[in-house]
Amino acid sequence: MSAALSDEGSDQNDSQEDVMTPVELIAKLEEAWLNEKFSPDLLENKSEVVECVMEQLTHMEANLQRVRKGDMKASLHRMEIDRIRFVLSSYLRSRLQKIEKFFPHVLEKEESRADGDPSYLSPEEYAFAREYLANTETYLKAVALRHMPPNLQTVALVKAVPEPCLDSFVFLRVKERQDNVMVEPETDDQREYVVDLEEGSQHLMRYRTIAPLVSTGAVHLI
Amino acid sequence: MFCEKSIELIRELQRISDGQLPAFNEDGIRQVLEEMKALYEQNQSDVNEAKGEGRSDLIPSIKLRHCCLLRNQRCVTAYLYDRLLRIRALRWEYGSVLPPNIRFHMCSEELQWFNQYKKSLANFMRSVGGEEGLDITQDMKPPKSLYIEVRCLKDHGEFEIDDGTIILLKKNSQHFLPRWKCEQLIRQGVLEHVMS
Repeated sequence: MSAALSDEGSDQNDSQEDVMTPVELIAKLEEAWLNEKFSPDLLENKSEVVECVMEQLTHMEANLQRVRKGDMKASLHRMEIDRIRFVLSSYLRSRLQKIEKFFPHVLEKEESRADGDPSYLSPEEYAFAREYLANTETYLKAVALRHMPPNLQTVALVKAVPEPCLDSFVFLRVKERQDNVMVEPETDDQREYVVDLEEGSQHLMRYRTIAPLVSTGAVHLI
Repeated sequence: MFCEKSIELIRELQRISDGQLPAFNEDGIRQVLEEMKALYEQNQSDVNEAKGEGRSDLIPSIKLRHCCLLRNQRCVTAYLYDRLLRIRALRWEYGSVLPPNIRFHMCSEELQWFNQYKKSLANFMRSVGGEEGLDITQDMKPPKSLYIEVRCLKDHGEFEIDDGTIILLKKNSQHFLPRWKCEQLIRQGVLEHVMS
């Protein structure tokens, strides 16, 4: 999908200071998209990738305006734009869905994070999550909670809204070889054991076990 | 039996398949709240009695009532929250304007929540990467082809496509149009995607 983009993007990217080529950028976006789609928990935000892709799309749209009508190349590029825009929208959508689904936990995690740690939410997502929380709290209060006995007028949303299930199983492909990955026992009669993940091999494992490897990019979810 | 009304609320939502919004059961909520009030008052007087006269035999019934209160609270909030999730899904399905028959099933606070949600979502989409933002409620399905066959369901008047050609969208006419121009019209019900 990125082949058609590269010849078009190469001449624009010279002026930019980052060294990422459009091919790498789209590969990054696709990776982030698949990881986000398949992981049960919200991953770190990739707002710099999102911004670059948006910029790239605007460029491509502008380039398309100059192509003469009925050109075969134009429709190929148009298709390319559509595909990239779909991936980008789908990526942002799946993040937003997780934020809505787990909002109390997402916000708690974000607010308890130490300074300097990478933030999970982009500023826009953070604003959205805060508004969502406030809106929902106001609503519950207005409709029911304020009519309840005084000791029952609050609900701990962190306890009431389900947490992301980190124990769910995910498919993954290994990008960088990993030695001695500790697999925790599933049942009481099993013992914990270690596995080596060969480069290029595919596995089905619990998300909790490999969550750190997903965030470093050593494995991809598929 | 205590809590029966609140269970009834939960059952009501469970009976109706996902994505559908039944009418807001104001009466049911009111009955649960009344039951809670009665339970609470009874508990208050029993607590006073247990404390004042040392009647420890009242404690089990106080505990039972308290559990019922908690259960009622939980059921009512679950009922309300589940409805919010359904309303949220409607925003993605119908866009920012809901059909009147659905609005009719919502209470005024739910409408407020919906409007606020709409606003938050719009703010988010506007602020995504750069000045223009990105409408992420578009492009819901992976694009398969550039042009699609559409049939007009109602008169829509003239419609300009990217290269400047103007076509007349008349009822029952069929066109072969760029997909990215029609997605909105399809969702509004002006055009219908003809699958061949």
